[in-house]
Amino acid sequence: MARLNSKEAETILYQRPESMEARPFHFCPGCGHGIVFRLVGEVIDELKIRERAICVASIGCSVNSYEYFKCDGLESAHGRAPAVATAIKRCHPDLVPFTYQGDGDLAAIGTAEIVHACARGENITTIFVNNAIYGMTGGQMAPTTLLDMYSTSTTAGRKSALAGYPIRVCEMLSTLEGTAYIARVTVNSPAAVRKAKQAIKLAFRTQLANLGMSLVEVLSPCPTNWRVEPVKAMDWLAEHMLPQYPLGEYKVIEAVAALKKEVGNA
Amino acid sequence: MSEKTLMAGNIAIAEGAILAHCQAYFGYPITPQNELLEHMSKRMPEEGRVFVQTESELAAINMVYGAAASGCRAMTTTSSPGFSLQQEGLSYMAGAEIPAVVVNVMRGGPGLGDIGGAQGDYFQAVKGGGHGDYHLITLAPSSVQEMMDFAMLAFELADKYRNPVILLPDGFLGQAIEPVVMRPPVTKLPEKPWAITGARGRPKNIINSFAMDPVDYQPHVALLRQKFQRIKQNEVRYEGINLDDAALVMVAYGSAFRSAMTAMQMARQAGLKVGIFRPITLFPFPVAPLSNLSQKVKSFLVVELSLGQLIEDVRLSLSAEAKVELVNQFGGVPISADEILEAIEKIMK
Repeated sequence: MARLNSKEAETILYQRPESMEARPFHFCPGCGHGIVFRLVGEVIDELKIRERAICVASIGCSVNSYEYFKCDGLESAHGRAPAVATAIKRCHPDLVPFTYQGDGDLAAIGTAEIVHACARGENITTIFVNNAIYGMTGGQMAPTTLLDMYSTSTTAGRKSALAGYPIRVCEMLSTLEGTAYIARVTVNSPAAVRKAKQAIKLAFRTQLANLGMSLVEVLSPCPTNWRVEPVKAMDWLAEHMLPQYPLGEYKVIEAVAALKKEVGNA
Repeated sequence: MSEKTLMAGNIAIAEGAILAHCQAYFGYPITPQNELLEHMSKRMPEEGRVFVQTESELAAINMVYGAAASGCRAMTTTSSPGFSLQQEGLSYMAGAEIPAVVVNVMRGGPGLGDIGGAQGDYFQAVKGGGHGDYHLITLAPSSVQEMMDFAMLAFELADKYRNPVILLPDGFLGQAIEPVVMRPPVTKLPEKPWAITGARGRPKNIINSFAMDPVDYQPHVALLRQKFQRIKQNEVRYEGINLDDAALVMVAYGSAFRSAMTAMQMARQAGLKVGIFRPITLFPFPVAPLSNLSQKVKSFLVVELSLGQLIEDVRLSLSAEAKVELVNQFGGVPISADEILEAIEKIMK
């Protein structure tokens, strides 16, 4: 059999998205952030918005998000990313700012900023990674930490009498009229990852169509601070997080539903 | 001759910002600067520019950060308690070298205080105020005309040094109504190749004040230090009145300066040789001019609307043998010319 040259022999099935930098992630083994970043990168590629996208980073494990994308980016103070993104979008409606925030950043210190960005119906996109723990600072209780869950600041498990209840962000924000698309997804299986990408893409398309605030909450594993092995973390997520944080679309306004029906959100 | 318009101090700041081509305004209501926010809510949309009433002063300063990082001239205005909330954002902006203008129409404090005018935020403005090593250029207007002129100057200096600039009037000046000569609008804005405007046809821009490794962050802070040195060398502004024959020099800024002016006139009428030294930039503080002055004059009287903040910078500037006294009010109460005159007479008798 004649030898094919390499171009004929190889079909590229999987490669780094063009909008992403060739640099290794700084995350712990088994962390979900790397998957989520990659999905955002794929969506930026597919929507051809690298030159318009602005990565608005936050504080926590996602502190240097802008290092991984080939688009413009900036740091924001803890919790304030939606305010920063609001201003960028208001000043430059042609740009596509997205915030990338963890649960401590968005659901504790930054509650006011995300709620009011949603209330104003800002035309921005938020990727909200919920791993139910403060990762960067070493595993303290987050606003999304489950009841009875161990953390370094709830070593006997989170007790409601002392530390209240976990916040369901999608449910809360979807009551606000300014929100156009709100969904909760996860990345604990290949099928879930595909669905997560669809949601992230629809969120960006919501912004591109000027339909209002879009937010995707991604339930994501933190094996290091959950103190379980990476593969077991995926099971732990399914067993413990999904009952508290049901997956699904919490807000899809009609115009977004129409977008969704169009070809191209696969 | 230029036509004069009667205008309140707060409105003059708003119109000055618009003349300086402020492209985005973000603010939260707080007395005594509400007229400023209200005025901007009408004028910015009229000019086709961005206005957002925010959920807090925290959101306002972070929106200023976002707008300015994306290359726009941006401003927020507040009063003392709101200025406290903005210290975090100001530290980030100084760290990330974001040019913007923040107006603090100071009121009585500490705490919730009151809505009278005061100068108790002097330290907060000129010594940093937030965390880390940084300085903010701080301009102290003492008339409604200067509220307009310094609002314009503030934008120019912010862009020149890529650093936040504080405009620091007090509540009395914010409410004062005086004639103002309107200035020509700024038409040419500086290029900002560093801004985040989308990575089109150029490498990406990143704006931050962060390094994973302290060894990588220290050189950045060293560069900031060089910048603050340049500011100290180039941007000192002050005014001297009747200094030539003065036996006693008052040091005052803002509305305290206005009271001191009246007291000086009364003292002169009584034959007392009194002058005034008015710092216009509170940072950079006019250290050398005051130091030189103290070679000649040995008696100083600091007039301020705080417990004794300005006097610390005055003392640090003067020669060791200079005598420095304080006459002040605080907690939102104005100082009268009579009180100042009494202090002058006590020193000079």
